[in-house]
Amino acid sequence: MSTEESRPREGSRFRRRKEMPTGLWMRCSGCSKMVYKSLVLERGNVCPECNFHFDITSEERIRLLCDPDSFSEEFGSLESVDPLEFVARRSYRERLEQVKEKTGLNEACVVGTADIGGTPVVLGVSDPRFLMGSMGSVVGEKFTRGVDLAHELGRPFIFVSGSGGGARMDEGMFSLMQMAKTSAALQRFSDGGGLFVSILTNPTMGGAMASFAALGDVTLAEPKSLIGFAGPNVIKQTIKADLPSGFQSSEFNLEHGFIDRIVDRQDLREALIRLLAYLCPQA
Amino acid sequence: MEHSSPVPGLEFEAPIVELEERISELRAFSQSSDVDLSGQIDELVRKCDEKKRAIYAHLTPWQRVQIARHPQRPLVSDYIKWIVSDFFELHGDQAYRDDPAIVSGLGRIGDRRVMIIGNRKGKTTPEKIDCNFGCAHPEGYRKAMRKMRFAEKFGIPIVSFINTPGAYPGIGAEERGQAFVIARNLFEMASLKVPVVAIVIGEGGSGGALGIGLADRVLMLENSYYSVISPEGCAAILWKDASHASRAAEILKLTSQDLLSFGIVDEVIAEPLAGAHRDHAATTSSVEEAILRHLDEVAPMGVEERIELRHAKYRAIGRFTEELPVG
Ligand SMILES: [Zn+2]
Repeated sequence: MSTEESRPREGSRFRRRKEMPTGLWMRCSGCSKMVYKSLVLERGNVCPECNFHFDITSEERIRLLCDPDSFSEEFGSLESVDPLEFVARRSYRERLEQVKEKTGLNEACVVGTADIGGTPVVLGVSDPRFLMGSMGSVVGEKFTRGVDLAHELGRPFIFVSGSGGGARMDEGMFSLMQMAKTSAALQRFSDGGGLFVSILTNPTMGGAMASFAALGDVTLAEPKSLIGFAGPNVIKQTIKADLPSGFQSSEFNLEHGFIDRIVDRQDLREALIRLLAYLCPQA
Repeated sequence: MEHSSPVPGLEFEAPIVELEERISELRAFSQSSDVDLSGQIDELVRKCDEKKRAIYAHLTPWQRVQIARHPQRPLVSDYIKWIVSDFFELHGDQAYRDDPAIVSGLGRIGDRRVMIIGNRKGKTTPEKIDCNFGCAHPEGYRKAMRKMRFAEKFGIPIVSFINTPGAYPGIGAEERGQAFVIARNLFEMASLKVPVVAIVIGEGGSGGALGIGLADRVLMLENSYYSVISPEGCAAILWKDASHASRAAEILKLTSQDLLSFGIVDEVIAEPLAGAHRDHAATTSSVEEAILRHLDEVAPMGVEERIELRHAKYRAIGRFTEELPVG
């Protein structure tokens, strides 16, 4: 659970904001090496030295996964309100206004129809720029409508999660209940034979991970992503000990049997095309 | 009504506890010395009730959180003692270990057969340590689900008593997939063919509470709380200081009345004067009445209708605006 203000401190292994120095070179926050920026961009924002996957925007993600110009957004006019009239250091309303202005997004995920390798799908992508991709009423609603639309159209549903915040604190119990809502929607969808592919990116934690993100028929993860329930700092404070290296990483989750496969970002589209061709053969 | 024995008071309760102590002293003296003090005792009881009403009429959300955590507040074991007959405890998740932080078993409430599921906090210090102060591990959530599926097979309604600060945040919990088991429980509970009634009896700590709480009816005791994050956790994030928890409790809107007004819970069960911890018999009896009343409503429905309504209930939760396309 968290909010934008809980961004992990600088120096954390899974640092979220990667400052891109202007110029031709940048320092990788995964391996600290200076790497050639255009090479990073060419690989979908991945370090050529250590394979660290930097954040990408939802637009970029859609471009990497979908057939060119096939994505068509749905439910794009859903916007958050402030049901708790939540005011901390700043009000939730104010934070929403600021992040909308800064990012041009109106919420933390985008949902729409698309083709992937010619297969029609419904695709949702969370966007880390919007309050850390956290789940409030709108993310829960868009996700659920996406599932319903996939059901209606008889298409697979694919969701790319990236939510360091998990459930969005500013909407209180409305956020927590989105866990129940999205999970219940997936249960119906699954019952009707629907295919849900969950793609986990850095980081997917808390209420997002403890609901829809964990419920894929197939669960793929980008390498070295932080994936889990409780934040590492909360665990550290609880057990009063340091955490083993690689704790809650994709590799850790694969080793413990919770995800099906780790796939590099530049191979994700191909992996999806193979899965879809196998599971949803076109007539 | 039973004698209210003095309870270790929270600060705001001190005037009540003081009066309660004097009353029981006078009662003890009157009994041992055969002196009739009933006039004075009645007067003190009247004063004490007045105090209780005055203090409990104006509780802050943070004070309610304190009451929800009161050491003498009835726990699931008290509900089992007072309102469940024929209790037959069942252990284990058949995968890793038996998690003492979840209690489960067959029993009867009134004439109804029910499967009891609950967060167990423990009373004595060793018990509390044993069940991590009510924080379940993945095996606890799997245990609950295994019993729920068993109940489903035999058409036994499920009654879930929620009282946890949250799912346990630890290394083992993550290694064993805390997020994945909670998600799986939500997914599975959505399709359970039997009626499910959940009651928040103390602390409704986030995903750890919801993990046994997706139900046809969700009830809350008056002074319990249910929140996306603990007030302390929220304060640590917002003000880098857990001591601002009382401010956090205000803004999180975590009280039973708030959640009733949001349509997130279906009913608030009133507590006896000055809190559930003062009268276990009366509290558990009100809860029993509410459970039976809700089961009477949902049990006669057809399986499909009930599951449809359960889905519709959760589908409708959320607040947002939407600009609808013109034309
Ligand atoms: Zn690197």
